[in-house]
Amino acid sequence: MSELAHAGVAELGRLLQQRKVSAVELAKLQLARIEQHRDLNAFLDVRPEVTLAQAKAADERRGRGETGALLGIPIAHKDIFVTRDWASTASSKILQGYMSPFDATVVENLARAGMVCLGKLNCDEFAMGSSNENSAYGNVLNPWDKGAVPGGSSGGSSAAVAARLAPVATATDTGGSIREPAAFTGITGTKPTYGRPSRWGMIAFASSLDTAGLMTRSAEDCALVFNEMLGFDPKDSTSLEAPREDFTRHLDEPLTGLRIGVPKEFFGAGLQPDVGRAVHAALAEFEKLGARLVDISLPNAELGIPVYYVVAPAEASSNLARFDGVRYGHRAARYDDLTDMMKKSRSEGFGPEPKRRILIGTYVLSHGYYDAYFVKAMQVRRLIADDFQRAFAQCDIIASPVTTSVAFGFGEKTTDPVAMYLADLYTVPGSLAGVPSMSIPCGFGDKGRPVGLQLMANHLQEAKMLGVAHRYQQATDWHRRLPQGF
Amino acid sequence: MALTENDVARIAHLARIEISDDDRRAMLAQLNDIFAMMEKMQKIDTAGVAPMAHPLGGHQRLREDRVSEADGRDENMKNAPQAADGLFLVPRVVE
Repeated sequence: MSELAHAGVAELGRLLQQRKVSAVELAKLQLARIEQHRDLNAFLDVRPEVTLAQAKAADERRGRGETGALLGIPIAHKDIFVTRDWASTASSKILQGYMSPFDATVVENLARAGMVCLGKLNCDEFAMGSSNENSAYGNVLNPWDKGAVPGGSSGGSSAAVAARLAPVATATDTGGSIREPAAFTGITGTKPTYGRPSRWGMIAFASSLDTAGLMTRSAEDCALVFNEMLGFDPKDSTSLEAPREDFTRHLDEPLTGLRIGVPKEFFGAGLQPDVGRAVHAALAEFEKLGARLVDISLPNAELGIPVYYVVAPAEASSNLARFDGVRYGHRAARYDDLTDMMKKSRSEGFGPEPKRRILIGTYVLSHGYYDAYFVKAMQVRRLIADDFQRAFAQCDIIASPVTTSVAFGFGEKTTDPVAMYLADLYTVPGSLAGVPSMSIPCGFGDKGRPVGLQLMANHLQEAKMLGVAHRYQQATDWHRRLPQGF
Repeated sequence: MALTENDVARIAHLARIEISDDDRRAMLAQLNDIFAMMEKMQKIDTAGVAPMAHPLGGHQRLREDRVSEADGRDENMKNAPQAADGLFLVPRVVE
């Protein structure tokens, strides 16, 4: 039974189809592993009775002749997606115990496909952070090294998939929150094109950047789940009206003649040698597989962090204004009047990072600073996005490191917000441009901690990107490596 | 440009966030570090560049103004801190 926990979505789908295992057996196995590895603190809410009822329903659907590729496969959801049957908190005290009256579209799509939900995953509060140290419900440990952070903001998702507590987990990426934790935990983390996944029911952080995606064991698994997860949603006002497609269609395409752009700005002074070595080895592997490396430049990419820390907090300060202690969420016990009630409720409910970002955002949107900061940042954002369009005229895929270093230790960056923000140096430019991008494991660096390779493609080209990643994963076994003790 | 403690107090009030005097000093130092990092952006010539609000240039879609959801008043209010007779309760705002 224990090998089953190491099987991915594609393999589990085959085993379920052949009736070699049932959805109920899989759910029980994963629930037992979640219980066994509670010290990782990856899960915030687990309700076995709901999970087992969903698994039983999936088995019954199969019994009636249904054959969906995801029918009966377990999944866990980042606690940014609202769910009817599990509390939805965004890892914040301000939403402690909140029970949503509806399911997020992403959750609903995957449930319709027969996926069985294992519960809700820890993350940085309102998805703000790069180490999961901003959760109101405690740190998540990295399964590779319990003294290292699992990355953030999707740290519960990354740790759960790396520790085989779930074969797949949803995650969200605003500036790197899928790719950075995936790199830190040696798994495959994929952010599709902005607007492909619905934002309906995703607790909002920065609406022009927020993108749902997946943590999986492989690119193939991701393609299979994307097939059911992505698509136009009239309930999301920025949802792309792109036709449904089969994301597995490029998986078996050879890489001969593929042009891989290597941006020199992503290999600068800040890149640690251990990460650089693993990434260069991966690029050499792609050449062996028939791809051609092309030197490219993204000259404005270094402005990504300053632009991001204007745009994202501005949008966050607006989105988080809804938490006022009136309709839902925490309300302070003592206050003088309505304004004081809102102030005290928000001050008690929000942790330090959301407060910091609300203040930055309020400032850059305030009278006298709006043009100098917010408009300026939106203009530079376009320059960064234009760089990508010029680059994609010269290459099909862009490859780079995901992070400057392997996973860092707890507390190393918590007192210096700017140092923490720079953890997203290589992921933020792709977020601002809205392009699909992913992290795939490509080796190990200092202290035996995993290294990720970032692949980026042009808008709506995620099927091609997943195909490139899949060919690499057919030729290498980094994605099959397992942390000790799991 | 550096922020002052008065700036922090002003924006905290606008954002309806309360900060103690000690926290305000620490927050001021952190915010100034963050704004110093943003200065790099100010040197870029952006004359004539259209601000980018949506990565794929999408427009805000509107839907027909039609009832699409069933009445879920009770369920939608179940998370309210204080409610009565289908209304959210707040401190008195009119004397």
